[in-house]
Amino acid sequence: MIRLSALTKAFKKHRVLDALELSIAEGERVALIGSNGAGKTTMIRCILGEYTFSGGLEVNGLSPRVDRAAVLKTVGFVPQLPPPLKMPVRELVRFAAAVSGTSPSRIDELAARLGLDVKLFAHHPFFKLSGGQKQKLLIAIALGRDARYLFLDEPAANLDPEARHTFFTLLAERAANATMIISSHRLDEVAALVNRVIELDRGKVVLDDRVADAPLTGVLTCAVVLRRPDAAIAKALGEWGFADVREGLEWAGRVAGADRLRFMGMLSRYVGLLVKVSLEEQHVAALKVVAS
Amino acid sequence: MSHLALTARLDISESVRARWFFVYTLIFGGIVAAFFAFGVTESRVLGFMGLSRLLVTYIQLAMAIMPIFILLTTVRSVAGDREAGVFEYLLALPVSLGSWYWGRLLGRFLTVFLPVFLAMLVATLWAVHKEIEVPWRMFGIYTGQLAAMSWCFLGLGMLLSTFARSTDVAQGSAFVLWLTCLLFLDLILLGVLIQGRMPAEGVVAIALINPLQVFRTGALMLFDPQLVVYGPAAYVIYDHFGGPNFIAYSMAYPAFLGTVAAGIGYWNFRRGDLV
Repeated sequence: MIRLSALTKAFKKHRVLDALELSIAEGERVALIGSNGAGKTTMIRCILGEYTFSGGLEVNGLSPRVDRAAVLKTVGFVPQLPPPLKMPVRELVRFAAAVSGTSPSRIDELAARLGLDVKLFAHHPFFKLSGGQKQKLLIAIALGRDARYLFLDEPAANLDPEARHTFFTLLAERAANATMIISSHRLDEVAALVNRVIELDRGKVVLDDRVADAPLTGVLTCAVVLRRPDAAIAKALGEWGFADVREGLEWAGRVAGADRLRFMGMLSRYVGLLVKVSLEEQHVAALKVVAS
Repeated sequence: MSHLALTARLDISESVRARWFFVYTLIFGGIVAAFFAFGVTESRVLGFMGLSRLLVTYIQLAMAIMPIFILLTTVRSVAGDREAGVFEYLLALPVSLGSWYWGRLLGRFLTVFLPVFLAMLVATLWAVHKEIEVPWRMFGIYTGQLAAMSWCFLGLGMLLSTFARSTDVAQGSAFVLWLTCLLFLDLILLGVLIQGRMPAEGVVAIALINPLQVFRTGALMLFDPQLVVYGPAAYVIYDHFGGPNFIAYSMAYPAFLGTVAAGIGYWNFRRGDLV
């Protein structure tokens, strides 16, 4: 249980968190949304014990400032911006594994599932990896231990569709025994991953809503028919791994279940070109969307 | 392995890969190589010749280079890491602040002290190989003094890093500190004495507080005690304390100062925002 009571954080005279009241129970998957400067990162940093604050803050009954190591032992964290670490990938994995009480091979395995071969990049400085590779490694480090709380700041922003699907599957595997706080400034990025949405604005909670559980796993087979071939949507669909079935007019591909809202958000930009869209859950024909 | 040792190892490997370490090692290795190349071991100055002449010259150069190098690289690294977001990530791992802070200090101490020491050691081993007489006492004293001075400026660097909120401020403060230490060497102290605006006790007190002057005076204690070599403050100190006592002080005081500075830095690090 994470409990924030009248949590206030100010930088000089500017209050970034303003007497925040919040409780997050075990097993909840929370989307923490809000515009830039709303206080999302500040709140996470307070929970991680990186900021001083006034008011109360407990993680499982412990103070992250006083019982730092004990609290952080239960936490996995993926920052929004990967740190510019000069150390080689292998060394980062070893250090993180050693202080977190896990094994490097467990992190390697998770990274491999996300499509990153740690052995291949073992001697590469971390900061020289691509954005996606850094993100995969940080996710693998966060999930590669028995963390009860996962703090993920825009975790899937740099991932390709295949890695996103694997990432959602990994989260689903942890859903039963981990509390997740996923921060994003766009709800469509994370909506399908969560069962609770908290919106911050100027350091206060302005929305706290429960949402229906969406399956984190599962894949949708998808077909898109266009009125005419178009380079922009062709490029966008190509990035989602779709194949051109008929001269740029018909496209087919697969979308991770948790990515459906984001995918439809992408399609909505080209709504004038759409003749037909179908999304069908594999194994269970539960969802069918037809637009014409 | 303890978290302190893990953090120290991490800092060592980060430092070893950094460009400053390459330059730093090159400078001290280069100095020793240049001494041999230019025949310093064959020349004689003020009774010093052979390896003792080399060591004396080396220690004077180390005094000029080491403090500013240690101060700037430490504050750049620590404040820079905080600014760049390295702290945000690494301090979210379950490592205690004590292990993190003192581990970094320990790792950095090894990376700043070892190149200087190893350059001196290589020169000494070379002398042994060439059957040049090795002044082992001098070697031991200079090793202790170099270690104490490294620790001292490292502690001061960590202190500045925890108080400065940006790399620019940290670097500026480090430079001002070094400049102050440099200005209050015998050169300025002599001027103060001549002008007669401060009692001699005050001048000597400054000389005993300034770690750079303490190091200089301690290193000079192995010379013949002459005013022209020591400078006024160092000469008075020698006259008052005697050689062996001051040599011990020249190691104990910088080590103490560095520990106190690092301790205050740690206190400040713990009580404020970490990132």
